[in-house]
Amino acid sequence: MEGHSTYVPKSGIARWLESRLPIGGLMHSSFIAFPVPRNLNYFWTFGAILMMMLVVQIVTGVVLAMHYTPNAKLAFASVEAIMRDVNFGWLLRYMHANGASMFFIAVYIHIFRGLYYGSYKAPREVLWILGVIIFLLMMATAFMGYVLPWGQMSFWGATVITNLFSAFDEIIPGVGTWIVTLLWGGFAVDNPTLNRFFALHYLLPFMLAGVVILHIWALHHVGQNNPTGVEVKNVRKDTIPFTPYATLKDTVGTVVFLLFFAWFLFYIPNYMGHADNYIEANPSVTPAHIVPEWYFLPFYAILRAIPSKLGGVIAMFSAVLILAAVPWLDTSRVRSASYRPLYRQFFWVFVLVCIGLGYLGAKPPEGGYTIAAQILTFYYFLHFLVILPVLGLVETPRRLPGSIAESVLESTKGGSATAVSAGPAGAVASPQTKG
Amino acid sequence: MADTITAAEPTRRDFLYIATGAVGAVGVAAVAWPFISQMQPDAATIAAGAPVDFDLAPVTEGAIVKLFWRGKLIFVRHRTKDEIASAEKVDVNTLPDPQPDSARVKEGHAQWLVVYGNCTHLGCVPLGHQGHYEGWLCPCHGSVFDTSGRIRQGPAPTNLPVPPYKFVSDTKITIG
Ligand code: HEM
Ligand code: FES
Repeated sequence: MEGHSTYVPKSGIARWLESRLPIGGLMHSSFIAFPVPRNLNYFWTFGAILMMMLVVQIVTGVVLAMHYTPNAKLAFASVEAIMRDVNFGWLLRYMHANGASMFFIAVYIHIFRGLYYGSYKAPREVLWILGVIIFLLMMATAFMGYVLPWGQMSFWGATVITNLFSAFDEIIPGVGTWIVTLLWGGFAVDNPTLNRFFALHYLLPFMLAGVVILHIWALHHVGQNNPTGVEVKNVRKDTIPFTPYATLKDTVGTVVFLLFFAWFLFYIPNYMGHADNYIEANPSVTPAHIVPEWYFLPFYAILRAIPSKLGGVIAMFSAVLILAAVPWLDTSRVRSASYRPLYRQFFWVFVLVCIGLGYLGAKPPEGGYTIAAQILTFYYFLHFLVILPVLGLVETPRRLPGSIAESVLESTKGGSATAVSAGPAGAVASPQTKG
Repeated sequence: MADTITAAEPTRRDFLYIATGAVGAVGVAAVAWPFISQMQPDAATIAAGAPVDFDLAPVTEGAIVKLFWRGKLIFVRHRTKDEIASAEKVDVNTLPDPQPDSARVKEGHAQWLVVYGNCTHLGCVPLGHQGHYEGWLCPCHGSVFDTSGRIRQGPAPTNLPVPPYKFVSDTKITIG
């Protein structure tokens, strides 16, 4: 995918700069000339939406940090002051708090897009793993950000999540307690904990931005996947230049997403928050019903489903990390679920299971809820460890189009891209070959 | 093969490489240590762990009082006769973390139970007088503790630990 830039600096200054730092050419080849498959749908605009959300979080976050005080005695009041006294403070804070939720909505759509269209398959494994790292960094950042307002949910969320590490005591006694004390800087979640979480909450988004650059570098090296999962074969026929086509489509997607964001922001800004977080942290009382932010609920449900402390912690972390292994767990040679009749059904079952886990994560851990969470947790891992590898071996994929261009032209002719595929049958039917 | 053996013969240069690498590794570890150690509780936090006195006289029978020592929550429970009896009569071997009630209170002071107030699962504060054994019930993930603070059901792996304390008089304890 490299070497498609035809950048010629126009002005004298641009020529001078280009011969010293070829940044114009880099930008031109990455965002103007970069060839994108001509059949991308709106699910491919979520990358741009995520970039925008990262910028929104950093800009609002830096501004909030100018008014926020990272001290256990003052933090809660400083956030209330942001809400009441600072000009537009309410708006900036709601942008940041709801922005985090929007960021996760976008990232979940982006991840499921990848799972549906097989975007993790060769040669995009590293691209995918960088994505998993971004997801982990996002989770760490959001967790620590939620601690900063120092409300009841902040405090007890921090207590429960940091205590997860005490499970290591069950492997080597003392090690877990040592790690937890190190995280806290004391014998309980307290002022030192808040201070270090603030420093890390400020730092991690910039590390995240660094990984995003690697993610895009890898993307531009291997090229984008597309809804057919068929690789670009002829750059002239199968692709169109990033600008204006992808740029404009991304703009439309971003604006629609912003409308959605604005609806939450202006009409239901506390919908995704929790009322208990407007009560200041109190280390002697746990709220009757503590729940994490919605975007952690499926993982929280997995944690609680396992009746052993260490087992629950291991299951929860595995549920995220298993994503990194997906390129090797999925044995199918066909990327896109559009051509995998069985995988497509299992994909939607998996989506429902994740939503079900999210629902159960918000319910009290008793009776039927626990049993349901255990069944869904079992299925969650079954999907990755058994269904993905086995499906690739037993499933007969549908006939793939010969090329991206062919699939596009066929569908505009009105025929189904899969049923009427023209051309030499053998070549057309040959599934994707890996690596 | 003879060639390879001669080539593998350690030279002065190999020694220098290894020695340089070893010194470098020690240096990196020495610099890393302060960066890790600074995360540990600082002197002020540890100093705040000086022993505290607690007057038991105002704690009526059946009541649970909360206090803090070293930033950690502690429950002081004035147990009723029934609560003591139910804690003592269980078969210790059936418990997930077997401990007789007598090992969790001071001799002659069975009515006073002093335990840390954070659930041994993930640290929430269990609610007193609740759950099947009317000891404590943790609202977070449903761990059930008995009137001796022992884990009976749920994900918590161990009993609520007993902090270091001693009776200075019949109505006064020193924690720490
Ligand atoms: C990956 C990007 C980020 C995410 C996902 C994120 C997430 C969050 C979340 C969930 C909260 C709690 C909001 C609430 O309920 O009040 C928060 C608070 C906060 N964040 Fe961020 N954040 C990000 C980037 C940043 C950056 C770059 C800064 C810069 C310093 C920052 C500064 C703050 C401050 C000062 C607060 C406390 C004020 C408040 O609670 O509204 N954040 N963040
Ligand atoms: S913290 Fe008490 S049961 Fe989980």
